[in-house]
Amino acid sequence: MSDKPRKFKGGVHPNDSKALSATKPIQEAPLLESYKVIMHQNIGGPPELVVKKGDTVKKGDLLAKASGFVSVPLHAPTSGTIKAIDKCAGPTGIHVPAIEITADGEDEWGEAFAPIADWKNTDPATLKQRVWDAGIVGMGGAGFPCHVKLSPPEGKTIDTLILNGAECEPYLTADHRIMLEQAEEVVLGAAILARILGLKTAIIGIENNKPDAIAKLNEVAGKYNVRVQGLPVNYPQGAEKQLIYAITGREVSPGKLPMDVHCVVQNVASAAAVAGAVIKGRPSIERITTVTGKPVVQPGNWKFRIGTPISKALELVGGVSEQPAKLLLGGPMMGIAQNSLDVTVMKNTSGILLISADEVSFYTSEPCIRCGRCVECCPMSILPATISQAVENKRFDWAEELNVMNCIECGSCSYVCPSHRPLNQHFKRAKIEIQAQLRKKK
Amino acid sequence: MIAAIVSVGVLGALLGVIIGVVAKAFAVEVDERIEGVGDLLPGANCGGCGYAGCADFAKAVVGETATPDQCPVCSAEDISNIAGYLGIVAEEKEKMVAVVRCSGNASNTVRSLYNGVRDCRSAVLVAGGAKGCDYGCLGFGSCADACPFGAIEIRDALAIVHPELCVGCENCVAVCPKNLIVMVPASVDVHVYCNSPEKGAAKRKVCKTACIACRKCVKASGEEDHMLVDGFLVKTNYDNPPPTDLVEASACPTTALRLASKHAAGGYEGVSK
Repeated sequence: MSDKPRKFKGGVHPNDSKALSATKPIQEAPLLESYKVIMHQNIGGPPELVVKKGDTVKKGDLLAKASGFVSVPLHAPTSGTIKAIDKCAGPTGIHVPAIEITADGEDEWGEAFAPIADWKNTDPATLKQRVWDAGIVGMGGAGFPCHVKLSPPEGKTIDTLILNGAECEPYLTADHRIMLEQAEEVVLGAAILARILGLKTAIIGIENNKPDAIAKLNEVAGKYNVRVQGLPVNYPQGAEKQLIYAITGREVSPGKLPMDVHCVVQNVASAAAVAGAVIKGRPSIERITTVTGKPVVQPGNWKFRIGTPISKALELVGGVSEQPAKLLLGGPMMGIAQNSLDVTVMKNTSGILLISADEVSFYTSEPCIRCGRCVECCPMSILPATISQAVENKRFDWAEELNVMNCIECGSCSYVCPSHRPLNQHFKRAKIEIQAQLRKKK
Repeated sequence: MIAAIVSVGVLGALLGVIIGVVAKAFAVEVDERIEGVGDLLPGANCGGCGYAGCADFAKAVVGETATPDQCPVCSAEDISNIAGYLGIVAEEKEKMVAVVRCSGNASNTVRSLYNGVRDCRSAVLVAGGAKGCDYGCLGFGSCADACPFGAIEIRDALAIVHPELCVGCENCVAVCPKNLIVMVPASVDVHVYCNSPEKGAAKRKVCKTACIACRKCVKASGEEDHMLVDGFLVKTNYDNPPPTDLVEASACPTTALRLASKHAAGGYEGVSK
């Protein structure tokens, strides 16, 4: 393994707009009167409710327990009473079950987990169980349960743990601030994750546009035998497969997982959460999120409890200076557009981004001019132009033959397309239709 | 010259004889009734019967693995003609039509701006479809595209079925990402054009023509259970369908209760408060 990172094929260089919030320290959001905690915050099975209306809960108490292996428990963001178990606007635009908690203002911890100070001599299985019990999910955006990635199936050996601090998504600076302000926790989390996987070391990959974070982590990394690796600035450097290639030179084959090339990738925020869960016994009830965009009066990085409504979050940052045209959860490349301010902060909400009217363009999609720019920039080496034509003609079988399932939905092709074709949306649609077909066959 | 004519002539005659013999010896017997039934079928190849097309269905009918009444397009008369041709007794079948259970057109519902692919199944991937109501018709016409008979019209961003054109092939049912389309007996004209199970107040916030389960229609039908209450939604009881004058009698405050024929003709536009 060489120390020089490789450059993956393709990628784009959007204006990163990180300067809006990169220098703003993380601020803790004040306690709200009520929180609406969305039940299903992870990929996999939704957790099972263990509280009912009228129950009193303390901060960190269990609200819902894991319903299976690929499922994580959910904890109360503050102390108070369960006001209702109702529906709340969800991040995908559909109303989803949520637990509404009226805060009592005490913000008192309940029976938290016992801290495991001596993690170096603790059984890896106990540590892994703690990660699961604390309800930690991949905080990069997808929300995949953390403990599942730490449990490679029989016969798969893991030799490399990579921490993803690339944060290639424009506008977002939450991970950047975490690495700067919680460097110790990130590195400690990395060491704990390495112990769970039976490894001696871990590598933290960071894009070279964050030299201060690289320097800061380097200060503490040596203590825990963790290595910090600067990476070329290229979107989507933070995509799992691209990150593995840049650091190890291994390519994950289509349809395969990082563990097939003996790698596990975790986000730096997840690592910090793991350190908190093990050392302090804290469940995952907070989320450091970037609130940013041109219309935001004071863009910044905030520590929100899960269940904080976006409308409240926007009040905290001083409101908006002009009517925003678009609201995204996540960054501009992969974030999901919202049509309601009632959506609440979840464990995987990395950013709240507002776009002003003069930044949004309403294009009409034109026919493909076969310029091939999308093919050049596609980091997965598929043919976006051809696939989109297959999808427009509802030939999902054809799209499948053209390997649409390899698409990581990074949006690079839509970004460069001079005809403004909605390529990414076509691929999302195709993937869903193909998966539905597969389920039917079973 | 002559040799060429003779040799080609002989060769032609010889091959002709071989083809004749082979055609007789290896002939595949085709039941001529298949063609007969095929001529009596509509020839729309809609697939509503579950077979690959009309010819495939004709084969199945003659082979007695299907009955003529499985064709959703054929009228009762067409079916009895086919049955008569084959000398079998056809069962009476009820004609079914599709209903899109939503009345929230662009002027009745809250919507956000959407600039993506004009197709319901793609639109639903972006914030659930840019409509305030999670359950409502998106109006990009995936069902209209799927209808081989032109029976679905998109008017003011709402899919409306023309019952007189609908043959009941069910092609539209599976494509709706909101599962709004159901098949109902064509003889019933009274339907509830709402499919949202949310509470009344929540529905009204996003849609002027939602069913708020006020039960006026239930009361108007008196002792008869023409209308069934299902949570915060009322549904037509298709086993005991209401008479058409129930719509008038119940004076639905949101006009969610409608006559399919009047709905298709645009009779409810602009009436909601």
